[in-house]
Amino acid sequence: MSEPLIRVRDLVRTYRVGDVDVQALRGVSLDVEPGEFVALTGPSGSGKSTFMHLLGCLDTPTSGSYALNGRDVSGLSRRALAGVRNREIGFVFQGFNLLPRTTAVENVELPLVYRPGMTAAARRAKAVAALEAVGLGDRLGHHPNQMSGGQQQRTAIARALVNDPILLLADEPTGNLDSRTSIEVMGLFQGLNRSRGLTILLVTHEHEIAEFAGRVVAFRDGRVRLDRRVAHPQTAEAALRALAAQPDLDVAAPA
Amino acid sequence: MSPAATLAVALRALRRNAMRTGLTALGIIIGVAAVIVMVALGAGAQQSIEAQIRSVGSNIVMVSAGSGPAGPVRLGQGNTTTLTPADAEAIRDGIGGIRYLSPSVNLRTQIVAEASNWGTQVQGAGAELSLLRSWPLEQGSFFSEQHVARADRVAVLGSVTRDQLFGAGTDPTGMTIRIRNQPFRVVGVLSPKGQAAMGQDQDDTVIVPYTAVQKRLLGITYLQNITISAEDGVDLTRLTAQVTALLRTRHRIAEGEENDFMVRTLEEMASVLTSTTTTMRWLLAGIAGVSLVVGGIGIMNIMLVSVTERTREVGLRLAVGARDVDVLLQFLVEAVVLSVTGGALGVLAGVVAVQVVGRMTGWSASVTADAVLLAFGFATAIGVFFGFYPARKAAALDPITALRYE
Repeated sequence: MSEPLIRVRDLVRTYRVGDVDVQALRGVSLDVEPGEFVALTGPSGSGKSTFMHLLGCLDTPTSGSYALNGRDVSGLSRRALAGVRNREIGFVFQGFNLLPRTTAVENVELPLVYRPGMTAAARRAKAVAALEAVGLGDRLGHHPNQMSGGQQQRTAIARALVNDPILLLADEPTGNLDSRTSIEVMGLFQGLNRSRGLTILLVTHEHEIAEFAGRVVAFRDGRVRLDRRVAHPQTAEAALRALAAQPDLDVAAPA
Repeated sequence: MSPAATLAVALRALRRNAMRTGLTALGIIIGVAAVIVMVALGAGAQQSIEAQIRSVGSNIVMVSAGSGPAGPVRLGQGNTTTLTPADAEAIRDGIGGIRYLSPSVNLRTQIVAEASNWGTQVQGAGAELSLLRSWPLEQGSFFSEQHVARADRVAVLGSVTRDQLFGAGTDPTGMTIRIRNQPFRVVGVLSPKGQAAMGQDQDDTVIVPYTAVQKRLLGITYLQNITISAEDGVDLTRLTAQVTALLRTRHRIAEGEENDFMVRTLEEMASVLTSTTTTMRWLLAGIAGVSLVVGGIGIMNIMLVSVTERTREVGLRLAVGARDVDVLLQFLVEAVVLSVTGGALGVLAGVVAVQVVGRMTGWSASVTADAVLLAFGFATAIGVFFGFYPARKAAALDPITALRYE
């Protein structure tokens, strides 16, 4: 069996709030193979976001171990973690987090700016390719406020892809989007997972969104409660058909 | 992050809040301009003092009557009667390297012309004074050695005195003025020389033979001063020592006793003045420097606001792989760009202000390279110093907290 991309053992994360220790994670063990599409679900406070931050090297565990691609990263320095984030991981956030008054292509270039020895031309070429991969090849010079929510999130996904990560982490990526756009974004994730074999971990509290993944890991009270394979994940086409078949409540409401 | 990219990010951030950037830079602009103006005015004052000293002559040695010998009553400077014309003769004959020499006895009194009168300085001098001071005549001629020898009642007027007694532009040669009721014939008028280093008007004077002052006006035989100009290349320190030794012998001053005279060079007096103006200059620059520091605090304030406003941006940059040092440099460069731009504009404003002030007041004020470098360097240092804390604060942010910041 091949080495798992993510190997987590007994991960504990404790925060200190005032005089009280809050245990956000109480010992989580999980393996994720390369090419998996995993949805992390659970109510707020269940520890799923904390877990994702640890996987994304944005935070360090109180105890336990985390190996990414065979390398233990749980004890790395702040500086070394920045390097891991820059080269190995792509992030997609709920609020998009695009820089305002900055064009789409410049936003997408941002991770590469922190990679030494890369020419401006090479950065631009990679950013353009990433935007084309998410279907925004004609929006390179647009500013975030000139784009729809779906386009903004796709720009953010392009930014997450631009450094050719081995792991894509998405934190409630559809939280600020309407149903149709959410389905489109999930379709995009599925496509990237299938065509590139990109490993994706996605945090969501919406059941319908989790159904797009091949594996659902449910958190509760800082522990993994459920870890199941989805035999037949939802597809964007089917979801859009179902959406279209739904009666439009606003219009159908009796006058 | 490459330096060019860091600079581009800083410029973009500064442009985004143009008004705020401008006002913050204004603090530095005013500070730098103030330093430059203050230093320039100080330097101008110093230069004009030095120019005046040069106009008197830098090769001049002054011998003055000193305080009397130690005793129950000490009369103070210039009150001894031991400095005599014979001393002047002895210096002239006994010491080499002297070009011109002029004994002098001065008094302040009222002088009267036909219809007007004027209170001024009457200088009793030798016939070489005009040559010694490099002071040409505008009208007539200076009195001669014969006039001095005979204690003739002849007078050479300063231009201000001529203007006051006879009216500007008139030729008073051959006219008679009365000094303490004695008639003096005007033989010449000196060309205008301007203010002396100490502020008195050198042209507000009447020069007569020192012998005439001694015999006709005061009835004394001693001198107040002897002014000596040395030949080119003569060591003034050695000349001073020689004069001192000669006078001590002539005045029979025993070893260990104080001199009853003083020998000084103009250079010594000039150096005292120069050091005073230098002190003033740095004092003024220091006061102006305070405004620079205040400007720096403005930068720190606005950088702290900027860091707070852009907390989410910092969080994002950290998330996509910016190292702490990248974030630190980003904000530090922003602060330094702000202060350097302010510094450059401040230099410009300072240069313009110096020209305007110089023209309005007639002071000779000049911007010196060291003032510009000092102000500019100080402004840059202030950007680094006051930019560091906010930048450090940004770099130390926790990425998760920063990303969630509202």
